[in-house]
Amino acid sequence: MSSQLIKNNFRMDRLPHIWCPGCGHGIIMRSMAQAIQNLGLDKQKVCIVSGIGCSSRAPGYMDFNTLHTTHGRALAFATGVKLANPELKVIVVTGDGDCSAIGGNHLIHTARRNIDITTIVFNNNIYGMTGGQYSPTTPTNDFGTTAPFGNIDKAFDICKLVDGAGATYVARGTAYHVNQLTKIIEKAISNIGFSLVDAISICPTYYGRKNKKGTAVQMMNYLKDSAVDTKVAEKLPPEKLENKFFIGEFKNTTEPEYTEEYMKIIKKYQKER
Amino acid sequence: MKNRKVKLMQGNEACVEGALAAGMKFYAGYPITPSTEIAEICSQKLPLVGGKFIQMEDEIAGMAATIGGSLAGLKSMTATSGPGFSLKQENIGYAALAEVPCVIVDVQRAGPSTGLPTAPSQGDIMQAKWGTHGDHPVIALSPTSVKETFDLTVKCFNLSEKYRTPVMLMLDEIVGHMREKIEIPEADEIEIYDRKKPTQDEVDTYKAYRVNEGEIVPAMASFGEGFHFHVTGLMHDEFGFPSNDADTADKLLRRIMNKISDNVDDIVMFEEEFMEDAEMVVLAYGGTYRSARSAVKKARAMGLKVGLFKAITIWPFREKRVIEIAKDQKKILVPELNLGQYVLEVERIVAGKTEVHSLGKVNGEAITPDEILAKIREVL
Ligand SMILES: Cc1ncc(C[n+]2csc(CCOP(=O)(O)OP(=O)(O)O)c2C)c(N)n1
Ligand code: SF4
Repeated sequence: MSSQLIKNNFRMDRLPHIWCPGCGHGIIMRSMAQAIQNLGLDKQKVCIVSGIGCSSRAPGYMDFNTLHTTHGRALAFATGVKLANPELKVIVVTGDGDCSAIGGNHLIHTARRNIDITTIVFNNNIYGMTGGQYSPTTPTNDFGTTAPFGNIDKAFDICKLVDGAGATYVARGTAYHVNQLTKIIEKAISNIGFSLVDAISICPTYYGRKNKKGTAVQMMNYLKDSAVDTKVAEKLPPEKLENKFFIGEFKNTTEPEYTEEYMKIIKKYQKER
Repeated sequence: MKNRKVKLMQGNEACVEGALAAGMKFYAGYPITPSTEIAEICSQKLPLVGGKFIQMEDEIAGMAATIGGSLAGLKSMTATSGPGFSLKQENIGYAALAEVPCVIVDVQRAGPSTGLPTAPSQGDIMQAKWGTHGDHPVIALSPTSVKETFDLTVKCFNLSEKYRTPVMLMLDEIVGHMREKIEIPEADEIEIYDRKKPTQDEVDTYKAYRVNEGEIVPAMASFGEGFHFHVTGLMHDEFGFPSNDADTADKLLRRIMNKISDNVDDIVMFEEEFMEDAEMVVLAYGGTYRSARSAVKKARAMGLKVGLFKAITIWPFREKRVIEIAKDQKKILVPELNLGQYVLEVERIVAGKTEVHSLGKVNGEAITPDEILAKIREVL
């Protein structure tokens, strides 16, 4: 069953991937492929775009139209692709650093336009590719190779950020809760508008080691124990929510989509046909 | 008799007209003086021909979206000035390595930094060549009039499609904002080059970065046409997949450099006047060429033996011809709106075979014919 998923959606000759043993990125990549397959999308019309980072290597392994761009700019490239050919289902793979530090400006503006792009953030709370520097999602007081005395920055909640900026579908999943993650990604892709899935990953090599989080298995167990579904959370007393983070769907609305609005302008004003 | 439209227009407007004539269907950019009219006119005209315009959040995004638009199959352009040109550089390098055709217009203004936003300059000439990191192929053209802006914008698109590379149109505030009467050629008079695409029966065998026998560049599929290929800014093999292999990297970089250097005769355009008996040549480009031409005419009227060389293609440089000029012992004067940039390339090529002089100006004003004439008299 699983190998059929791999055969159908991956570039077998590009595997094995470059990720470290225990890295959470592969699980999220597989979940994406599963979601695309479950939706029965036409592979030729799926375009996966990424920036730079460990996470951004995913599209190279996936057998679709794939575009690996520059650090932080995936959403801007993706905007060009989508507007030029609105028939394409455009999915962006990005890291927490890629999308919320260097690419933060593109993130909020792509959300604001509500252009039909689905963004999957492989969020490992660290800059993995460059060796463990703190990122905008590294929790305060955690350590990174550039935060040897503890991080004094406050962390972004990427879901709240894009919710505020105008995204129409916002959800969070984790590399542990894979079935839920796949469902979320399916819904994100199905939303006509800007969707973001904050997919919590693990980086045992850098974040884990720097912060004494133990083995990959222990880090996965942490995801299992610390994630609370938003629906469940509503019914829990505050003391049960201490040191927890929320997963599930935060926003699912419908608003005018950018390329559809642009096509209306063309329809109204185009002279040469 | 051709029934050509005659219009009074600005250089910036002629640039958009040329782009549309060449088949531009996508524009992404961010407003900046003195290039803003290009964005405004594109936003007005593109939807009328079924094309797309988008104002991005900054120039980095403008360049990125332009590349994305081209990969999705549309002829794409972006325009900017000084500070914006700096911001575009990383992604220009991406387009060069990933071989994505697109046109970048830089309406040069006085810098560095915010500088003199409304004043003309030719201060980005070296940036056009060296602005992005690493060795990379560069084609840059610079028009001297409104009509030439139209023609060269068409040419930029054609060269970018033919050589699969970003091509820069180096306008300056003088030409960008100047109004002149131009005759717009009819569609059938304009030569258009469209990128070569793979055929549908190559779907299973397509290698996105393999150059077929007798071709200059790999055939280029668009996303969504059934060729699910990979594009990256990493060094890559013929399939487009990342590779750390030394030979693969070396071969790729040399191939994209050579596709330009092997075709200099096709790419480089220049014009000469008053050359036969000239003892000295004024080598000029862009808006400054206009002053150079009237200075040379005045000099000739005074009996001074001065020739005129108009560099239309700025990069690659017309080395062969300039070496001949140097060998003929003609002195060379390069007037330009910077403190001596293009003259460095002339000196490098001439390598001491003749005298090379520079006339630079950076106070935000154009170089006048009299200033050039005075320099001619000083040199001769
Ligand atoms: C313009 C630019 N600046 C910096 C870098 C170096 N760099 C590469 S990946 C990266 C961080 C990646 O972190 P993240 O996006 O969180 O992805 P991860 O590797 O953790 O999956 C940085 C800083 C770069 N490639 N380009
Ligand atoms: S460095 Fe971290 S994010 Fe990168 S592959 Fe290794 S475990 Fe994964």
